[in-house]
Amino acid sequence: MIRMENVSKKYETGVDALNDVSLHINPGEFVFITGDSGSGKSTLIKLLLAELRPTQGKIVINGRDLRSVNHRLIPKFRRNIGCVFQDFRLLPDRNVYENVAFAMKVVEAPTKEIKRKVPMMLSMVNLAGKYKSLPKNLSGGEQQRVAIARALVNEPKILLADEPTGNLDNRNAWEIMKLLDEINERGTTVVVVTHNLEIVKAMNKRVITLKKGSVLSDEDRREDDEI
Amino acid sequence: MKFSTFIYNLKQGLKNIWRNKMFSLASIATMTACIFLFGLFYSIGSNFQKMLHEIEEGVAVTVFFNEGISEEEIQNIGSEISKRPEVKECKYKSSDEAWEEFKAEYFAGYEEAAATFGDDNPLASANSYEIYLKDVSAQSELVSYLESLNGVREVRHSEVAAKTLTDFNRLITYISVSVIAILIAVAVFLISNTVTVGISVRREEIAIMKLIGAKDSFVRAPFIVEGITIGLIGSIIPLIILWLLYSRIIQYVADRFLFLSRMMSFVPVEDVFHVLLPVSLILGVGIGYVGSRFTLKKHLKV
Repeated sequence: MIRMENVSKKYETGVDALNDVSLHINPGEFVFITGDSGSGKSTLIKLLLAELRPTQGKIVINGRDLRSVNHRLIPKFRRNIGCVFQDFRLLPDRNVYENVAFAMKVVEAPTKEIKRKVPMMLSMVNLAGKYKSLPKNLSGGEQQRVAIARALVNEPKILLADEPTGNLDNRNAWEIMKLLDEINERGTTVVVVTHNLEIVKAMNKRVITLKKGSVLSDEDRREDDEI
Repeated sequence: MKFSTFIYNLKQGLKNIWRNKMFSLASIATMTACIFLFGLFYSIGSNFQKMLHEIEEGVAVTVFFNEGISEEEIQNIGSEISKRPEVKECKYKSSDEAWEEFKAEYFAGYEEAAATFGDDNPLASANSYEIYLKDVSAQSELVSYLESLNGVREVRHSEVAAKTLTDFNRLITYISVSVIAILIAVAVFLISNTVTVGISVRREEIAIMKLIGAKDSFVRAPFIVEGITIGLIGSIIPLIILWLLYSRIIQYVADRFLFLSRMMSFVPVEDVFHVLLPVSLILGVGIGYVGSRFTLKKHLKV
C-alpha cells in the first residue's frame, strides 16, 4: 500500500530531513511513526501527500509511483488519502456539515450523494447533533472529529494523521485514538505520526521510530503481544 | 466542470464577498475610484474633442476664380472639389451675394454711401467656394490640390488656425491616452494589492482545499467569481454616479451659463455612455479577473 525505497530529502537550505529511508506498510495496517522533533516525521508526511518531492528514492502509494504523478495529477492522487492534522485545519467560516460536505464537493460528488453520506459520517464521529455549529464553537476533540469525518467521507484507502492528538487533552486524545482504531478495523490503513509515547505504548500497534532522518526501529507490538 | 460544481463555485464566490466584507469593500472602493476617474476624464475629454471639432468645422478654405471664367467651369470645379474625401461641405457664393454680405457688414447705417456704387459690383470677380473640411489636418493637402486646378486665381486659408487646431488635437489625444494608461496601471496595481491581501488572509483555506484534493480550477473558481463580481460592482457604481453627475452638470451649465451653452454644445449623456459603459464594464470585469487569477497563481503551488 505504501512503499518507500531508499528515500532521502534534502531541503534547499541544506538540511537533510530524511536519509535513505525504506519502509513498507501493508493494506489494513495501523502504524505509528514516532520520533523527536527534527527526526523527519513531518517531512515524511509531506512526501506521502506529494507536498514535497524526494531528493532521492522511490515512493509508491496505492500502486502508483509518485514520480509519475505530475502537478496536474496531484489532486486526484490526494483523493485516495485522507489526512488529519494537529491544528484540525477546518474552514473556520463554514459549519460542521459544510466542512465535511466540502471534501465531497471538491471531488464533484453528486448533491444527492453528499446529502446521504455527510450525515452518516457525522453520526459515525458522534457529531450529528452539531452539524450547524461553526468550528470555533466546538471543543478541540470535536473539531478533530470533524476533520476525521472530512478525511473519510470520500472513502480513502489510507488515512494519514499528523499529530492528531497534539492539541488535545488526555480524554479527548484517547477518544480520537479509539475512533482511529475503529476506522482501521473497518479496513482503512491508518498511519499516525505522533510523539505521544504514552498513547503509542498503550495502543499496541506497529511503531516506526525515526531519528535524525533515519529509521531507528520498526517494531510490531501487536505481534509481540500475540507471541 | 459539472453544472452543479459551477453553481456551487458561483455561490461560494458570492458568499466569499460577504464573508470578507472589509476586503470586498476595499476592492470595490478602489475599483470605483479608478473607474470614476477614468469616466470623468473620458467625459471631459470627449467634450473637449467635440468643442475642437466644432471649431474645426468653422475653419473654411475659400477659392476665387480667374476673371472671365464661365459658370459651367465654376460648377465643374465645384463638383470635383465635393468629391474629395476630406471635404465636408462646398458652398458656392456668387459675387452678388458677396457684395450684399459686404454691404450689410461694412455699410450698415451708411446705406447712402453704398448707394453711390449704383449697380456696379466692386466685387464682380469675387464669386467663390467656401470649403469646409471633415478634418482640419488635411487642409494643406487640399490647398495644394486647389491651387493646381485650372481657373483658380487664389486659395485663401489660415495656415496658423489649421496648424494650431491640429497640434491642439494631437496634444489632447496624447494627454488622454497617457492619463487613461496611468489610471489603468494604478487600478491594476491597487486591485492586485488588495487581492494579495485578501488571498494571504485565505492562504490557509487554499492550502486545505489543495490537501483535500481540489483541482486548481476548483480552488480558483470562487476567487474569480469574487474578482469579477467586485469588478462589476466597482464599475456599475461609478457609472451610475457619473450618469447622474454628468446629466445634472450639463443641465446646470445650460441653465446658469447661457453664454457657454451658446458657444458650445455638450456631448449628450447617452453618447458619452455609448462608449463609457461597455469600456468601463470590460475594464472592471477584466481587472477583477486578471487581478484574482494572477495573484492566485503563486498560492496554488501546494
